[in-house]
Amino acid sequence: MPLLSVDELTVTFGGGRGRKESKAVNGVSFDVDQGQVVGLVGESGCGKSVTSLALMGLLPKKGVRTGGRADFDGTDLLTLAPSRMRDMRGRKIAMIFQDPLSSLNPVVPIGIQVTEILARHRGMKGEAARKEAAHLLDRVGIPDPDRRLKEYPHQLSGGMRQRALIAMAVACAPRLLIADEPTTALDVTIQAQILELLKELVDQQGTALLMITHDLGVVAGLCDQVNVLYAGKVVESTGRRELFAHPTHPYANGLLGSIPRLDAPRGTPLTPIRGSINDQIAWADGCAFAPRCDHYTMECLTGTPELAEPRAAGHQVRCVNPIMADPEAPPVVTAESDTASGSSDEPSAPDTPTEEVPA
Amino acid sequence: MLRLVVRRLLQLIPTLLGLSVLLFLWLNRLPGGPASAILGERATEAEVARINRALGLDQPVWVQYGRFLKRVVQLDLGTSTQTGQPVWEEFTLRFPATVELSIAAMLIAIAVGIPLGYFAARRRGGWLDVTAVSGSLLGICVPVFFLALILKGIFAVNLGVFPSYGRQSTGIDATEVTGFAILDGILTGEFDASWDAITHLVLPAVTLASIPLAVIVRMTRASVLEVLGEDYIRTAESKGLEQRVVRVRHILRNALLPVVTAVGLLTGSLLSGAVLTESVFSFGGIGSFIRTAIDARDYPVLVGFIMFIAMVYVLINLFVDLAYSLIDPRVRVH
Repeated sequence: MPLLSVDELTVTFGGGRGRKESKAVNGVSFDVDQGQVVGLVGESGCGKSVTSLALMGLLPKKGVRTGGRADFDGTDLLTLAPSRMRDMRGRKIAMIFQDPLSSLNPVVPIGIQVTEILARHRGMKGEAARKEAAHLLDRVGIPDPDRRLKEYPHQLSGGMRQRALIAMAVACAPRLLIADEPTTALDVTIQAQILELLKELVDQQGTALLMITHDLGVVAGLCDQVNVLYAGKVVESTGRRELFAHPTHPYANGLLGSIPRLDAPRGTPLTPIRGSINDQIAWADGCAFAPRCDHYTMECLTGTPELAEPRAAGHQVRCVNPIMADPEAPPVVTAESDTASGSSDEPSAPDTPTEEVPA
Repeated sequence: MLRLVVRRLLQLIPTLLGLSVLLFLWLNRLPGGPASAILGERATEAEVARINRALGLDQPVWVQYGRFLKRVVQLDLGTSTQTGQPVWEEFTLRFPATVELSIAAMLIAIAVGIPLGYFAARRRGGWLDVTAVSGSLLGICVPVFFLALILKGIFAVNLGVFPSYGRQSTGIDATEVTGFAILDGILTGEFDASWDAITHLVLPAVTLASIPLAVIVRMTRASVLEVLGEDYIRTAESKGLEQRVVRVRHILRNALLPVVTAVGLLTGSLLSGAVLTESVFSFGGIGSFIRTAIDARDYPVLVGFIMFIAMVYVLINLFVDLAYSLIDPRVRVH
């Protein structure tokens, strides 16, 4: 049985009083096994962050409805009472966020921000808690932890702040760690260090990691299993190697095609996905990616495509016209047809050094 | 920290100097003067001239200013033209009542305003929020004397739970030590006198608290709403911390920064703004004395009072800055 099993998760914002509701997450299903690193990949607005907040029970209570199930260690996180969810957070499921400066309380010393979680979940107080906090900072690679404990967030560098946040997240050796774009706000060399650290920690503690990112470089370097999200639905789900070798959904294929590759001949143009994500298209009417897709046919607009396994067992694809050819011949898109206004920041070049550039 | 305090106290000197120059120029331009106030409308030119000579008002303004400075350096604010008593003595007699009233009003405003603002923000759009927001608007709009009359009508006249005027009941024979009635009662062990002073303080203090309360409620609410959207609150929640810890350490500690500034400014304005409340409740503070001093063109009292208030403002701002540097490490002075 997987550690976390998300089944048909939906998150709906708005609605009521005649206002139009919007489905940020539209039936997402995926599993995370113990000690596994699972990626949730997609561009801005595809519902990946909302999914993570829903799992943490951190969505606002007003104006938000969730549906489906998220079984974690035998309990459904979505229907858990707020007080029990509070006991769960930080102890069994922890989270790391995108912007390390704004994610730390500016007026409270680092030490207190670390010890408060020890006091809450491990009943540690006073000198014992301080010692453990110093040990945690040391473990995440912060030099001179005793001095850092007394300092405030603004006295730490960006990478150091993210390390401190990671120290808090792993303080209670959680079963599941959710990392929501943990390296996006950091510069490249620091990104690599932070990813290395995360990998090390989850290996040591046997913690499962749910990695939420738009950066395929991060996926290539870290994830065992990858779920590609588009407009609130998983469109492709497979192992990392299989995804990079055979991206089968046109969207996943497009994501890979828009990254510069070291092994491509010089002068090969990048092929961005045209257009930008459009929440006006409902999955109910057909494939939400169809308007941006180079492979669409009329078939794409008749009902929601189901997940199928057109290529290999365990490689799920939600597409009626999957790409079965080899990725070595990507669809050539000329520069004139580049209308990618909204997708300009997505996905950026994989500036994270990856040990294994997909062949 | 010490350097900040010393620097701020040194800043007092140019502030007060500049203010006193402005005051002298301004008073010199005012129509009328102490002479006509003392002598009445039918004073002859000769009598006016005699009084002006006696008060030194016939001299050019810079000579008057020079004399004033010389006296102030010796901590002498001059003599009231109304009562003939030294200004300093008049002040020490009356300030305790005003300070007591202002502090009581501020305590009420803070103790009610911050929790109300906080819970209004947490339950945004709920009945508490709507009540707090509209109530605070009412608190700012209703004139102080009108509120005073209503409170007097209900609690003093109809219900009879609080006295309607004065600082002390006539039957109470309190020993005066500091001039602060409540404190005196505690110091001398006359607790009935303290209690009596407290009951006299309730209605004026509630009246005076209405405006600062409204300001504090709104500022706290707006500030808490802003902080609630911050990433570090989400982090605190993601750690599963108790609600109490999230509230005090993470929300309020950040949200109260602007409120601290507001409280400082409001306290200063209360000291000078207690005039109306004191008049309505015949609360023998500095307010009513200043009102008569304005009528009587009592220049030494007015100058002394305004300078004193200016000094209080500077000191309160110093306290606010010190409090700030305690709460917010980013503005801490090294």
